[in-house]
Amino acid sequence: MAEGDCGPSGPLEPARKDWETHVLAPALKRVPESNRPFKTGSGEPLEALYLPEPTSEARYLERVGFPGQYPFTRGIQPTMYRGRLWTMRQYAGFGTAEETNRRYQYLLQQGSTGLSVAFDLPTQIGYDSDDPLVSGEVGRVGVAVSTLRDMERLFRDIPVGRVSTSMTINSTAAILLAMYLVIAEQQGVPLQLLAGTIQNDMLKEYIARGTYRFPPQPSLRLTRDLFVYCTKFLPKWNSISVSGFHMREAGATAAQEIGFTLANAICYLDLAVNAGLDIDAFAPRLTFFFTAQSDLFEEIAKFRAARRLYGRLLKDRFHAKDPKSMMLRFHTQTSGVTLTAQQPENNVVRVAIQALAAVLGGTQSLHTNCRDEALALPSEDSVRLALRTQQVLAYESGAANTIDPLGGSYLIESLTDRLEAEAEQYIRDIEQCGGMVQAIEQGYVQRHIEEAAYEYGQSLETGARVIVGVNRFREEHEPEPAIFLVPEDTEKKQIDEIRLVKKSRSEQKVQASLDAVERTAHTDDNLMPVILESVRAYATTGEICQRLEQVFGEYEPIVS
Amino acid sequence: MDTRVSETKEAKRIPQRVLIGKVGLDGHDRGAKYVAHILRDGGYEVIYTGIRRTPKQIVETAIQEDVAVIGLSLLSGAHKRLLQQVMDLLKERDASDIVVIAGGSIPSADIPDLKAMGIAEVFRPGVSSQSILETFASLVKARRPAA
Repeated sequence: MAEGDCGPSGPLEPARKDWETHVLAPALKRVPESNRPFKTGSGEPLEALYLPEPTSEARYLERVGFPGQYPFTRGIQPTMYRGRLWTMRQYAGFGTAEETNRRYQYLLQQGSTGLSVAFDLPTQIGYDSDDPLVSGEVGRVGVAVSTLRDMERLFRDIPVGRVSTSMTINSTAAILLAMYLVIAEQQGVPLQLLAGTIQNDMLKEYIARGTYRFPPQPSLRLTRDLFVYCTKFLPKWNSISVSGFHMREAGATAAQEIGFTLANAICYLDLAVNAGLDIDAFAPRLTFFFTAQSDLFEEIAKFRAARRLYGRLLKDRFHAKDPKSMMLRFHTQTSGVTLTAQQPENNVVRVAIQALAAVLGGTQSLHTNCRDEALALPSEDSVRLALRTQQVLAYESGAANTIDPLGGSYLIESLTDRLEAEAEQYIRDIEQCGGMVQAIEQGYVQRHIEEAAYEYGQSLETGARVIVGVNRFREEHEPEPAIFLVPEDTEKKQIDEIRLVKKSRSEQKVQASLDAVERTAHTDDNLMPVILESVRAYATTGEICQRLEQVFGEYEPIVS
Repeated sequence: MDTRVSETKEAKRIPQRVLIGKVGLDGHDRGAKYVAHILRDGGYEVIYTGIRRTPKQIVETAIQEDVAVIGLSLLSGAHKRLLQQVMDLLKERDASDIVVIAGGSIPSADIPDLKAMGIAEVFRPGVSSQSILETFASLVKARRPAA
């Protein structure tokens, strides 16, 4: 495409016909194409060969352009990784705060350049470790944080002024961010220097991830309160990470991942604008999170298409003026759903391909999955290998030496155009539903994801799609690999810890601060200041959520 | 009586009822929904509970809906505790004749313990639809005389 002019009347068309007749046709007679389906990972048909579009340099400038310049197809920075490599940020957390703190120290020693906190499910949904409702779940898929004391232990000896911290937290994002802010205070770090991200993307929780607590409207009110608070006090903090990852992993196609994620972003941008925030003050702190699956070219094109479509949305629809507002910045995690429990060593190769896709797609930060994650939480050895995979890509592969190295590839540009067009159609369909909240209530998004997941499953069963070691190249007697076991005494330790905290705190202060939370929830005032006071008084995550639930109610999912 | 679904006219008129559900806090429902879909295609009447059900809710629904099988998907690592609670509640409610099957990220080392508590089958990643359907059919068939 960047090759220059070759209009419809140029020499390409007759040359192509000549090649098809005299070279291709006889070759196909000798060796016909195999009958395996030539499709992308999302099932889109693929041509055997892509050629320059009958296009012009003007079209290149409009649709592809230069890195660091609108529409940002080739990347958001003019230098990309020639300036600074992506942030190597491994998602980690399990058991108690001490155990996870040790894992963080290890990751930082090994060359990680950012932290990413995995909280356990009770913490994510707003139940304390000693709540009978969550028995068995404490510390399983992340670290348990019930009070500020847990957060203090989690970040012991970690300088929060120098490390950026991403927290996968949604329903309880306000509470966990408040705890982090108190840690910063304790370490003497001014809030305006604090760098990091809260996921804070509730819409996709109703669609795919499932850690909701309150109904959509009050959840979005909390989201809004965080937007306003962060825009005012935390200029380097990303107040949301709009996440396509979980929808894609639940079954969505690449085009759906872009379309549904940007439709969610539209909802959040509207929310911020309606709260009175200036688009150019808010949008630069809105960030994204995508998966990288195994179809290398489709994934690279996906990132490029998402960037261009988002740039256009911000410029044309939200009338942003600052180019920073039009930049789609994103974190990537390699795909969990593509990892196999069978022949788990093969996952090392999958992760390397997926990570390469993220890098060639211009990601700002990256988590590489571990080989044993289809079986359990990863061991320390697996975590190191996953990080080393990123380091090999960064320092040995040459992938970081050129900006958007596949830009101009006929295939990549064609896939980018197609994914962008399809994603835009999904956004229009969601508008037809009345917006994202309505689309979720009508089950529109969930239905599309479920259908795509079913088709994917069927393609594995018929063998149309091959997964090595699963439906082909199987091994009869596979040795059972050693897996990482979460310490069994976590729950007991946590319960003891909460008891100690409750003994040492001022009950009067706690109750007064919780009363303030409940009172404020009834009004339209920002909840962040009162949540901060509660956290400071060592009120628990569960206590704060209980008060909010009194006012907001609990979400009852629609089951189809 | 022949209980093979989809093979006799009678079975077609009265499809076997099964419950597919997610117990605990884990929201990964791709597998559970897929299994619900293939069971529906296989002629079963499937009650799908959605995510984040408590053991009590699962058992209540199973009894109310008079299901033959409960299939539970668990990916959070909390399977032992949660499945034990389901089995205890079934016993308490005198409903131990309901067959319980589990699936998800369950280490093979835990399978003997799960079988010992009465879980009839544990599906691990990579299992085919055909094998799921065959297992359901044979467990339903084996259950019938005792019921």
